[in-house]
Amino acid sequence: MMAHHRRTLVVVGHGMVGHRFVQAAVERGLTETHDVVVVGEELRAAYDRVALTSFFERGAEELSLLPTGEYDDPRVRLLLGTTVESVDTGARTLVLGGAAAGEELAYDELVLATGAAPFVPPIPGTDLDGVFVYRTIEDLEAIRDAAATARVGAVVGGGLLGLEAANALAQLGLETHVVEMAPRLMAVQVDDAGGAVLTRHVEGLGLGVHTGAMTTEVLGQDGRVVGLGLRDREPLPAEVVVFSAGIRPRDALARAAGLDVAERGGVLVDERCRTSDPHVWAVGECAAPAGRMYGLVAPGYAMAEVVVDALLGGPGAFTGADMSTKLKLMGVDVASFGDAFATTEGALELVYADAVAGVYKKLVVSEDGRRLLGGVLVGDASAYGVLRPMVATATNPGIALPDNPEDLILPSGRGSAEIGLPPEAQVCSCNDVTRAQIEEAVGEGGSCDSPSCVTACTRAGATCGSCKPLVKKVVEDFFAARGRSVDRSLCEHFPLSRQELFEVIAVHGHTRFDDVVAAHGTGRGCDVCKPTVASILASLLGDHVLGAERRTLQDTNDAYLANIQRNGTYSVVPRIPGGEITPEKLIVIGEVARDFGLYTKITGGQRIDLFGARMEQLPAIWTRLVDAGFESGHAYGKSLRTVKSCVGSTWCRYGVQDSTTLAIMLEERYRGLRSPHKLKGGVSGCARECAEARSKDFGVIATEKGWNLYVAGNGGATPVHARLLAGDLDTETLVRYLDRFLMYYIRTADRLQRTAPWVDALDGGLDRVREVVVDDVLGLGSELEAAMATHVEGYSDEWRATLEDPDKLARFVSFVNAPDTPDPHITFRSERDQVAPADSEGPVLLGASIPVGPGGPGSPETVGAGR
Amino acid sequence: MSAPEATWTAVCRLEQIEVEGGVAALVGGAAVAVFRTHDDTVHALGNYDPLGRASVLARGIVGTRGEVPCVASPLHKQAYDLRTGQCLDDAAVRVPTYDVRVDRGVVLVGPQREGP
Repeated sequence: MMAHHRRTLVVVGHGMVGHRFVQAAVERGLTETHDVVVVGEELRAAYDRVALTSFFERGAEELSLLPTGEYDDPRVRLLLGTTVESVDTGARTLVLGGAAAGEELAYDELVLATGAAPFVPPIPGTDLDGVFVYRTIEDLEAIRDAAATARVGAVVGGGLLGLEAANALAQLGLETHVVEMAPRLMAVQVDDAGGAVLTRHVEGLGLGVHTGAMTTEVLGQDGRVVGLGLRDREPLPAEVVVFSAGIRPRDALARAAGLDVAERGGVLVDERCRTSDPHVWAVGECAAPAGRMYGLVAPGYAMAEVVVDALLGGPGAFTGADMSTKLKLMGVDVASFGDAFATTEGALELVYADAVAGVYKKLVVSEDGRRLLGGVLVGDASAYGVLRPMVATATNPGIALPDNPEDLILPSGRGSAEIGLPPEAQVCSCNDVTRAQIEEAVGEGGSCDSPSCVTACTRAGATCGSCKPLVKKVVEDFFAARGRSVDRSLCEHFPLSRQELFEVIAVHGHTRFDDVVAAHGTGRGCDVCKPTVASILASLLGDHVLGAERRTLQDTNDAYLANIQRNGTYSVVPRIPGGEITPEKLIVIGEVARDFGLYTKITGGQRIDLFGARMEQLPAIWTRLVDAGFESGHAYGKSLRTVKSCVGSTWCRYGVQDSTTLAIMLEERYRGLRSPHKLKGGVSGCARECAEARSKDFGVIATEKGWNLYVAGNGGATPVHARLLAGDLDTETLVRYLDRFLMYYIRTADRLQRTAPWVDALDGGLDRVREVVVDDVLGLGSELEAAMATHVEGYSDEWRATLEDPDKLARFVSFVNAPDTPDPHITFRSERDQVAPADSEGPVLLGASIPVGPGGPGSPETVGAGR
Repeated sequence: MSAPEATWTAVCRLEQIEVEGGVAALVGGAAVAVFRTHDDTVHALGNYDPLGRASVLARGIVGTRGEVPCVASPLHKQAYDLRTGQCLDDAAVRVPTYDVRVDRGVVLVGPQREGP
């Protein structure tokens, strides 16, 4: 190879697989020797087509796999809105169209990742207005526009994609029908009995299901669709029709270039994904390894890796893919794996069905009952994570079944029967992680101590998440075998997690730390368990955090109702609900800061932080603030901080709802609420999202019809966007869901676990939260609401109560025997016309010289502050 | 220097210190943290946290680590043995300790102790 001259690699197609290819090329160093040119037909960079249905909730930006629109590596050039018109494999050139029409591009290696196109059957009427396919964001935008004036929609195709499309139409408010030629829904994945259970679920959601129905034509009037003609049935009226009846590989470019194609379509490639031309490769849905096309993203990713490997001179090969599927469709779990239809000779079926609960489970086992060949799960696919790796295939013997394999699908077994997973068994198929690799991560040489850490480090469970229960079980089994447990103890004094401690305290009705530690712990507690117990007691009882026997449990911030800073002074943050404040109150804050010589800074939560208050000054400062009508802002507490808002429909010409009023209402409702970690909220008055509500633990975004509620967003070190919990809510329902969500979090989260990792750690994640909060499957809704009502009724301002109580005030002194003598360790210098802490050189004796004012020692450093 | 008897400074009454709480006192110009444990034993340490570099130890949470009574600095949570001043998270760090006793309900702080 001529390493001294750079070669050109052209990728045609910037979908999920094309993007993955470029990522792998950059990560594995292929760009050290190759310039990469990516040609994408759509105007958008690659986006998550698997999650296309969530476009209406999440928007295009969130689906994007390359939000910046370009790669970090300067050797990768991305040409969007550009097509490839022809390829000359002899000259190794191609001619571009679209945005770069007429340009010619030379290549050394060419990778085709042109994907697939929706299949529209050759029947009359498919060109009418109101007929769509379901493939791109533009398709969805067009469907949304058409749905705005329509009443009834029909989807042709009852497979995976068809049901996704039907779900989208239903979400858009249309009466929705699914028309499927096969006798059942999802005919490729599930059998008749499973399909019947699925149909009941889908019909239960209000959709019409028409199976065994052959669409013969699209009926039109004045150029617009009015319905579907069906063989031997009455026509089905519809103003919107979506074809989602399968896909076809986009292999026209390859055909025209003279490359070999498979009998049923797709560019024919070998195990290295190389086409009949040695310098042309094909990956993803446009490729047909051994003549077969794969319409899933995971095999496409695997092919992309194989080609990068081949171009680097590696041995990688694509020898087929696991076509197992697990998904949640319209709230219904569906999974299918291995030989789901029992086509293997002698195969036996074990079936568990509960028509009332809408659950159907089938295992296909070998004639001797020792090997699992495949299965179908509908309504409850929780066993999938354990079952899938057990499946025996032609190349993999799988895992021997237990003596009573039916335990694996019976409700009591919950798929957790003892399994003997061999070390080389693949646990995560998305990222190809084996049991041995997981055990290595948590073993002697590894750095992981929990399933979530394993997911972060090995990527097992990081893509589709379906193997997370299995990852957890592998880790727990590994620890158990070595006498280690996944230690959830709060600290050395309590062998309980925070959630367990919460339940214990609630059940026993404890009100004092001494009782809790005597009954359930050892020793005298520490800086971990004492504030945790104090927080739990505050959540349960709602009385003052500085009450009798409670004060010594609090961290210094709660103990002095202010935020300690690096020099031992405190910062003061009065509550400014929703960020709305009168000029008079602003003036008071300015006067207080001036009179007490405080440094002032605007926080990210739309309020004002006053720094540099000596502990003994806090009561005088707060007397002024309380007199002016301010309350504690709880910036010091693991509690609600702020509900940030935009100005909303009151002033803004774009606003559709009054976000400021809602933000103030929510902030005043949840103020003072003690929680496992700080809580932040936001309310935006329209989809422009100026309040950045989706970076908050709860975010509310106005819609034309009401409010969308997003939950579990976090800023900080690990930023996470909040995800949609429920849409188009009226205010009353919104508050009810929020009450439940926050109380559910407070009761079950770990200490210092913010909402995003809490949701991720729940079995079932956000879906579980939705089940509990929206669907109320645990029947806890009214209890959680009642707990919040108790909080709201019991709220009073902590600072006002402190100022009114001489016992509580007595502690706000510099020295117990010299209350009027300022602590000589605290000194300030001046920076940009305000005070800043002067660095301390060690203990100071009163009477020694004290540096004050500008020019003192020290260097500027950031001051940490609660916002 | 004064005679040993005269070096005892009355700082407060015992009930002014909460059980498992602390107060800062000014003793001979130095800031001293005086703590009261669950069994009403009193301990006195220098109030200055050499790791956090601020005079704050009296505001820490009092508890135990194993059998050791300790206070956790409110700044970065390092624990100090109330009896010896030894930092339990950094063997190289120790804060001074003071003699302290309770006489007829009054807490008296004596001279800084020598060595560990």
